[in-house]
Amino acid sequence: MIQEFKKVWKPYTIGMLWLLGLLWPLLGIHPDGTLTFQKTITVWSYLLAGSFVCLMIYVLKGTDSLKFIADPISRAAGNIKTTSTALPTWVWLAAGLIVALIYPQFAGRYGTDVAISVLLYICLGLGLNVVVGLAGMLDLGYIAFYGVGAYTYAILNTVYGLGFWVCLPLSALTACIAGCIVGYPTLRMRGDYLAIVTLGFGEIIRIILNNWMELTNGPNGILGIKPIGIFLPVFENGFTFEHFWMKKLQLFYYFALGLAIVAAICVHRLNFSRVGRAWESIREDETAAELMGVNTFIYKLLAYAMGAIFAGLAGAFFAARMRFVSPESFTFLESAMVLCMVVLGGMGSIPGIILGVAALIALPEIFREFESYRMLIFGATMVIMMLFRPAGLIPAKRVGTRSEEKEG
Amino acid sequence: MSTQPILELKNVYSGYGSIKALKGISLKVMPGEIVAIIGANGAGKSTTLMTICGIVPVEKGEILYQGKVINKVLPEKLPVMGLCQVPEGRRIFPRLTVMENLRLGAFYRDDTSQIMKDIQHSYEMFPILGERKSQKGGTLSGGEQQMLAIARALMTKPKVLLLDEPSLGLAPIIVQQIFDIISQINKEEGTTILLVEQNANLALHAASRGYVVETGEITLEDEASSLLSNPKIREAYLGE
Repeated sequence: MIQEFKKVWKPYTIGMLWLLGLLWPLLGIHPDGTLTFQKTITVWSYLLAGSFVCLMIYVLKGTDSLKFIADPISRAAGNIKTTSTALPTWVWLAAGLIVALIYPQFAGRYGTDVAISVLLYICLGLGLNVVVGLAGMLDLGYIAFYGVGAYTYAILNTVYGLGFWVCLPLSALTACIAGCIVGYPTLRMRGDYLAIVTLGFGEIIRIILNNWMELTNGPNGILGIKPIGIFLPVFENGFTFEHFWMKKLQLFYYFALGLAIVAAICVHRLNFSRVGRAWESIREDETAAELMGVNTFIYKLLAYAMGAIFAGLAGAFFAARMRFVSPESFTFLESAMVLCMVVLGGMGSIPGIILGVAALIALPEIFREFESYRMLIFGATMVIMMLFRPAGLIPAKRVGTRSEEKEG
Repeated sequence: MSTQPILELKNVYSGYGSIKALKGISLKVMPGEIVAIIGANGAGKSTTLMTICGIVPVEKGEILYQGKVINKVLPEKLPVMGLCQVPEGRRIFPRLTVMENLRLGAFYRDDTSQIMKDIQHSYEMFPILGERKSQKGGTLSGGEQQMLAIARALMTKPKVLLLDEPSLGLAPIIVQQIFDIISQINKEEGTTILLVEQNANLALHAASRGYVVETGEITLEDEASSLLSNPKIREAYLGE
């Protein structure tokens, strides 16, 4: 055991000293110019103690000294795994759906609000997954289509008084058109160049929203957007339909859930279709795909447009829920967040993306008490995740999944 | 053998921007034959194939396939017409399974049952691919990847198969195996083959006719056997 410890103590000491050097400027330098060491040393010693315990467990595990604990644990984990694979997928889907349906009855207002955000970002993440995960094009301006969708509903509703259900397909359509307009000149590029150009186009759309005072009211945003209206059957004095405004948060939640489920089903169906196969071949090797008869340009444009449609739908919903839109909601940081969710969860994997979104929305909420260190913890989590699970939380499974291949 | 060539290049010029890779290439491929293009690195062999497939645009001259000019035909339309290339360096889809790679070869076709039969046929032709059908393409060895690339191209049911350096980076015994398969495809399926190779000896033994390319121009054209016995060729390309 001493032998094992000798191997790791050096990098461990260097790492802890490095952490000290990193912590001191954060905790020890104050805005009024005074320097302190007390707080840094205290925090650091806690971290030192904690990580030392972890290190000891790691070393002991390496020397098999912890067999009496590790064995039952791994056996239990194995048992869980076999039971989980024994149950068919639909059981898990049904269980997830039931939990999602009864969730707002138990969660408070705040919990439901966070859940709505999660569902909206799932829709966005699934859309971006089509572009990044399936077709393999790095898109850094994705949030612009979310903005186009949101502004379409906002303007059509406040200026022309159109209802939500009319505007929802129109939002998807305008986002799709915006996607095609941006995609047509840019998709001839590949890799890094495409990423830079999409970043540029994303900013252009945001700046247009910010400066076109007559149409978008500029940085002040658009106020007074109507929420979603629904017709509910009423049975008093005969059978009539009555119009309700969906102001209750729970109803919003169910609508967002529906949107996310529709998006998940669409992406799943697309993935396992001929179109999905074409996208994956483009991601793997564009020239080879072209030689095999895949019209790469059309399929890339289609991927881009599909991604934009999902973003447009989510955008219209966002506008209806917030009842206010401003260009600030559609900055590059948002694009980066959605991309993080997709990459963290696992590109091309629908359950992965759902988990990635939940993690990235829920984590900052959970760590709300840490206030200013929130982003630090967030960043550290990302780094650790990428070190230990580079393919994402739930990597995409790619073997023997397409229907016609089962018979083969 | 019919008198009309299935594939013909007439004085073709092409290149990458200001770099001119092909300076007037003319060649003919008759139906059912194996034609080899040999030459040194950078002579324009691969560019010739890429120009035929429309990946590199033609600047001047004409490419005729079955008597029709295909200069402006989009690359993705060519497999439908029966012209398919096995690109240099294999270029299989590394993260897709062997099965999916083959399925992509048949991308333009929609006759699912016939496609499944053809996939079975490729497993008979390349038993190793059958054993590894659910393995990812990137995990195959070099020789297996080359077989997969050829099998994938055959899934398009080509009339003319363009092969770019099938021996690249493979052990001699595997290279021999690949060339046996090439001859077999030519004999059994009647597929016309245009072969680009640095390994002149092997290529000329497999082919019926050969072209020698130097700096973007055809310098010599003859029966493969006469090229093999040509003292200049022996000195320049066969290392004697």
